[in-house]
Amino acid sequence: MIDEGLKSELQKQGVFVVSTEWLYNWGRKSSIWPLQFGLACCAIEMIAAAAARYDLARFGAEVFRATPRQADLMIVAGTVTKKMAPQVVRLFNQMPEPKYVIAMGACAISGGPFKDGYNVLKGVDRYIPVDVHIPGCPPRPEALLHAIITLQEKITGQHIDQMRWYDATATTEFPIPVCSEHDLLPAANPEVWQPPKDYRDVTNEESTKKS
Amino acid sequence: MIAAPSTIPAGGAITTQLLEVSIGPQHPSTHGVFRMDVVLDGEVVRALKPVVGYLHRNHEQLAEKMSWLGSMPYTDRLDYFNSMSNNWAYALAVEKLAGIKVPERAEYIRVIMAELSRLQNHASAIGFLLQDCGAWGTPLLYAFKEREKILDFFETVSGSRMMCNYFRFGGVRVDLNDEMLAMARKIVAEFPKFLDEFEKLMTTNEVVLARCQRVGILPKELAIAGSISGPVARASGVEYDIRKVDKYGVYGQLEFGVPVGAVGDVYDRYYIRVLEMRESVKILQQVLRDIPAGPMQAVEVKLRGFKIPVGDGYGRVEGPKGELGFYLVSEGGPKPYRYHIRPPSFINLTVLEDMCVGHKVADAIIILGSIDIVLGEVDR
Amino acid sequence: MIPTSEQLCAAVPGAVIEIVPSTPAATQPAMLVDREHLVAVARYLKNEPSCQLDFCSCVTGVDYLAKGFIEIVYHLYSVALKHGPVVLKVRAPRELNQCHVPSLTTVWRGCEFQEREAFDLYGVKFDGHPDLRRILMWNEFTDHPMRKDYVPPADYEWEPTPHDEVLKRTKAAGGIMPPSAAVEVKK
Repeated sequence: MIDEGLKSELQKQGVFVVSTEWLYNWGRKSSIWPLQFGLACCAIEMIAAAAARYDLARFGAEVFRATPRQADLMIVAGTVTKKMAPQVVRLFNQMPEPKYVIAMGACAISGGPFKDGYNVLKGVDRYIPVDVHIPGCPPRPEALLHAIITLQEKITGQHIDQMRWYDATATTEFPIPVCSEHDLLPAANPEVWQPPKDYRDVTNEESTKKS
Repeated sequence: MIAAPSTIPAGGAITTQLLEVSIGPQHPSTHGVFRMDVVLDGEVVRALKPVVGYLHRNHEQLAEKMSWLGSMPYTDRLDYFNSMSNNWAYALAVEKLAGIKVPERAEYIRVIMAELSRLQNHASAIGFLLQDCGAWGTPLLYAFKEREKILDFFETVSGSRMMCNYFRFGGVRVDLNDEMLAMARKIVAEFPKFLDEFEKLMTTNEVVLARCQRVGILPKELAIAGSISGPVARASGVEYDIRKVDKYGVYGQLEFGVPVGAVGDVYDRYYIRVLEMRESVKILQQVLRDIPAGPMQAVEVKLRGFKIPVGDGYGRVEGPKGELGFYLVSEGGPKPYRYHIRPPSFINLTVLEDMCVGHKVADAIIILGSIDIVLGEVDR
Repeated sequence: MIPTSEQLCAAVPGAVIEIVPSTPAATQPAMLVDREHLVAVARYLKNEPSCQLDFCSCVTGVDYLAKGFIEIVYHLYSVALKHGPVVLKVRAPRELNQCHVPSLTTVWRGCEFQEREAFDLYGVKFDGHPDLRRILMWNEFTDHPMRKDYVPPADYEWEPTPHDEVLKRTKAAGGIMPPSAAVEVKK
């Protein structure tokens, strides 16, 4: 990297030196355009965050694009139901790289208060990779601003030679689930999500080991 | 899926075809995940079928597993713009079934919350309707500016901006002290000025008049037959406001008018909401002046182990979107046996096809906006 | 003026009407009508000048598993005369091939979507409904989820919480465990 002392000396002379990677990431993080995609109650807080008081536009999210072809970020705001899940994955597939997903609210993270439901998808991360999760029901608009800042920090830390879209073997399109007779098929995408370990499994193992 | 001929012979050498388009569930103007399958002849709508269920979160089944009070936070998430009105509808239905009497101060507090909720709902609804007309953001941002003041008040009172969970059976959860009442009075004092500004921008605006008048006319007989309620029905000439008919709460003692429209087009549905906001300000001024001292919750209602005698019953309120009712069946236990919500937005969609056929597809978007649906209520 | 069951039996000959009480405080007794005469009773209630029940407010399906029937409940109000509610109930057996009742969409248009919902969630077929298909669930779905004997698909997984560590230590030390810990771990 560049020597910091040299950098500050040059800055005093009016010459600014940055790396291409810094410039590339700065351009990307300062102009994240979200997709206009509100599902339920969290969508109202998302609109409030974009309104005059909390003003999402000063973070670069100036316009919410209506079409996924022009959007960088999908804020999944609200409960994803099984009837809607194929459309969510299809929209994500239609977004061009680089693309990010923010799961806003308890429902998008894990099903939320409606977890015990026959039509509720228990978390959008079962089918698509999520970059930032925001807990809350609904999260305050300030929480959404914090999530955008976290995403910006994540983008700053991405290295230009390790990007998913420059890698010929990485997946950018994810399989779309099908609504079948009783449930979605498949119930989850195994490459993206694994069920978490039940603590009672571990205690059973431990207690058998001890005895 | 929609029964319509696929080709129509035009007079002349050209044969045209009808085009079946699915608008939604992700679309910038569809107020949530709502899908319309339209059959188009050029730009003109020939048939329209709404497809709902993309937000069906089986609230009714969840309520059968939870206690009576445990469903109260879920009622917030029905019509997520007005959590206070939804809470009131559920509390009213339970109080009707169990025969609980609510103290007077609690009734006054309930009216304050419901009318403030109505103000911010109508302002947002007009903002979204004008956004659909093409006024990209300006009326919406004006409406959201007032809405933020009301949400600040809700947060001070109940702890949450939107999902307030404020009502209990027999009263409300937190009493209003003088500081909170002063906050409410300030909001009510500033609201007429905002309404004047809003109206100056829009009521005689050339574009609004051209786009909204004579579009989506709903005849009065169809409104009654289709069980349409709320501002949509009143704009078509149906003189029915549950606050005046059932006189629940203290509405029987308050003086306010009920605006009724003449034509029933989109412009009437917009203007009736403006007039209803003015009436709500009148109600709030009376209530904030006359609020009595007293308890805020009926003391004999148990919070733990609350049970209702065996039987069923139906309670309803005039929500900002229409008649919101709850049908509850009790088997005498701590949980409901059946919990059903009568959602105004769902039933108001019955006549969407009748209103849209013959208009252009851009008009269909505005007509949907003027019905003011919210998908949390449609799909539950 | 809300008609009594004797007046209705006189007006619609052959109708079998039974009064079902609500909770004592609600005072909304319902009239249970047999399936064959439901449409005639409904038309009479709508057209009779003294009651003019022209507004059908709410249509609900209720599954009484123990008693063996599914009940459809109609709440009717009058916009012209400003009275109500009048509650109509009709019952159908729970078996899917016998579970049908006449549709009241021809009498009140507002029943259309709510009857479709009762069909979708309970499996009750409404004879004479203009467009009876699923409304809330997707078209390929085969079950009727609001029935009391519906078993949802098993996709609910354990959600780890910070409390799991506390429970692990409690178990190791032989302390008192909560009831949820005794539940069998499904493999």
